[in-house]
Amino acid sequence: MLNLFLLQALNGLQFGILLFLVAAGLTLIFGIMDLINLAHGVLYMVGAYLVATLTAYTGDFFLGLALTIPATLLFGIILEVLIFRRLYDRDHLDQVLATFGLILILNEGVQMLWGAAPMSVPIPDVLSGSIPLIGNMRYPLFRVLIIAAGLATALGLYLLVSHTRIGMRLRAGATNAPMISALGVDIRRLFMLVFALGAMLAGFAGAMVAPILSVQPGMGDSILILTFVVIVIGGVGSVRGAFVAALLVGLVDTLGRTFGPILLRSLMDPSAASQTGRTLAPMLIYILMAAVLFFRPAGLFPAKGAAQ
Amino acid sequence: MSASDLTLAGETPDVAPQRRLSRLDGRGTALAAGLIFAALALLPLLATAIDDQFLLVTATRIMIFALAALSLDLILGYGALVSFGHAAFIGLGAYSVAILAAHGIDDILVQAAVAILVCSLFAFVTGAISLRTKGVYFIMITLAFGQMAYFFMVSLSAYGGDDGITLAARSTLFGAPVLKGNLTFFYVVLAALAGAFVTLRAVVGSRFGRVLRGTRDNRMRMQAIGFSPFRYQLTAYVIAGAIAGLAGVFLANQAEFVSPAYMSWQRSGELIVMVVLGGMGTLVGPIAGAVAFLLLEDWLAQISEHWKLGLGIFLVLLVLFTRGGIAGFVSRITGRGTP
Repeated sequence: MLNLFLLQALNGLQFGILLFLVAAGLTLIFGIMDLINLAHGVLYMVGAYLVATLTAYTGDFFLGLALTIPATLLFGIILEVLIFRRLYDRDHLDQVLATFGLILILNEGVQMLWGAAPMSVPIPDVLSGSIPLIGNMRYPLFRVLIIAAGLATALGLYLLVSHTRIGMRLRAGATNAPMISALGVDIRRLFMLVFALGAMLAGFAGAMVAPILSVQPGMGDSILILTFVVIVIGGVGSVRGAFVAALLVGLVDTLGRTFGPILLRSLMDPSAASQTGRTLAPMLIYILMAAVLFFRPAGLFPAKGAAQ
Repeated sequence: MSASDLTLAGETPDVAPQRRLSRLDGRGTALAAGLIFAALALLPLLATAIDDQFLLVTATRIMIFALAALSLDLILGYGALVSFGHAAFIGLGAYSVAILAAHGIDDILVQAAVAILVCSLFAFVTGAISLRTKGVYFIMITLAFGQMAYFFMVSLSAYGGDDGITLAARSTLFGAPVLKGNLTFFYVVLAALAGAFVTLRAVVGSRFGRVLRGTRDNRMRMQAIGFSPFRYQLTAYVIAGAIAGLAGVFLANQAEFVSPAYMSWQRSGELIVMVVLGGMGTLVGPIAGAVAFLLLEDWLAQISEHWKLGLGIFLVLLVLFTRGGIAGFVSRITGRGTP
C-alpha cells in the first residue's frame, strides 16, 4: 500500500511538473498581455510531433530534443508575429474565436502532415532502465528525468523571473502593463519574448513526454483544459502560483484515480465503490478548482491585486 | 421597443464599444424573425416539391442548434458573459432523455421537465461559482465545468460511457409516438424555437433584461444605482442553461443516439461561433448564425475531409481582417452602427 502510494505520488509529481511547464508560459501570457490563448495546448502537441520527427530523422532523442526546443521557440515567434500581435488590443471574445480557429488549423494541419494514426517515440536506451526506490520497488529512469528536467526548468524560470532585469519587467508587466510601457519599456518586444518563452516551454513539455505517451492530433486539447484549471487555482500571471497549483492538480488527479475507489470501498460495497470512484475521480480537480474559487476568487497567488 | 434603445455610455474599459452597436432595432429584428420563421414553416412544402426528405432532417438539426445558440445569446449577447461550456447543457438534456428512456420513461414531457430541472440546477451551481469571477477567469472556469460534465458522462459506463448510448425509439407523448414522423418532429422543434424566441424577446425587453444589458454596458453604474448584477446574471445563466437543455432533449430524439461528444468543448466553441457569426444580442442573429454555420460546415465537409482546416482559417481571417472583430464586420455589411 505504501509502495503504491509512493509510486503514484511520483507519477502525480511527474504529471504536475508537466502541467507546470505548459502552465508557466500560459499564465504569463494571460497575466501580462491579458490575452486568452486557447491555442497554447497545440504548441505542446507541436513540440511532441517535432521531437518525434527529428528523433526519427537524426536517430537520437537528445539531438531531436535539442533541435525541437529552438524550433518551438521559432514557431512561437512566427505565431506571435502573424496572429497574436494583432489580438492584444481586441476583446476576449475575438481572442477566443481566433485562437479557437488556430486550434482547428493546427490540429488538422498536424493530421494532414503526419496522419491521424498515433506516433510513438522510443525511449533512448541510456534512459530505458529504472532506478531502485525503497525495497524491491523501482521507478522508470525516464520519468525521473522528466521530473528532474521540470524542476530544473522551474528553478531556471524562478531565477529568470525573480532575479533578472527581464524578470523584473515580466513581473511589472503582470501587475500593470500600461504603466511599464509608459516608463519606456518596449512592451511589444516584451510581449513577443513572453510568447516565445511560453511556446518553448510548452513545446519542451510535449517533447519530454513524447516517449511515454502516444503522439496524436488533439493531444494538446486535454492538457490545455487542465492547464486552465492550474492557472485558475494558482492565480493568473503568477508563475509561483502555477507551480504550486500544477503539483496540486497533478497529485490530486493521479492519487484520486488510484485511491478514490480504494477509500470508497471502506464506505460501500466493492462494485458500487469502483463505479463511483471511477466516475468521481476525473471530476476531483474541477471540484478542487471550484472550492479554491469559492474561497479565493482570484486564485491562491493573485498577481494582480485587483483581479476581482 | 424603446427598451433596446437603452444604451448607457460606457466608461469602464472592460466593455468593448463596438459590441453594443451592431444591433438591429426592434422592428428590424421582428421583421427578420418573421421572415425566417415563415420560411421555415414553409420548408416542408419545398421538401415535398423537390422530393427531398433529407432536407427536413437537416433543417430540424439546424433548428435544434439554433435553439441552443439562441439561449447562449442571452448570456453572451445581452450579458457579455463568454461562456465556453454551453454545450454541457445540451449534453445534460440529451442524457436526461437517454437515461430516463433506459429506465422505461419515454414521455417527452417528463423527459423535458427533468432535463430543464437538471440543467437549471447545474447552471445554478456552476453559475454561482463562475459568476464570482470575470473576463479571462470566467471563460476558463465555464470551460472547466463543461469538461467536468463531459468527463462525468465519459466515465458513466452504465449508460454507454465514451461510446454513447442508442435510444430504442423517439420519445412519446402520453404513450403515442408523435415524434416518430420527421414532419411532426420538424414542426415540434420549430414551435419550440419560435416559443423560445418569443419568450427570450420578452425577457430581454423586460425590466430584468434592461438590468442585464445595463450591467453588460456599465457594471459599476448599475451597482451605483442600486442593482446587484450577480443575481440578474445568475438568473440569465440559469434560463440559458435550461433552454439549451431543451435543445439537448430534441437532439437526442433526432439522432436517437446520445454520446459525450455532444458536450465536448469544441461544441461549445461552435455555439459561440454561431452566435457571433449571426450577430450577438439580436436573438434573431444566432438563428441565422446557426443556419449559416451548419451549412458552411456541411459544405466544407463535402469538399474535403480536412474541412476543419478551412473552418479554422475562416475564423482566424474573419477576426484578424475585420476591424472590431466579427461584430464590426457584420455592422459594416449591414451598414449599421459603425463606431
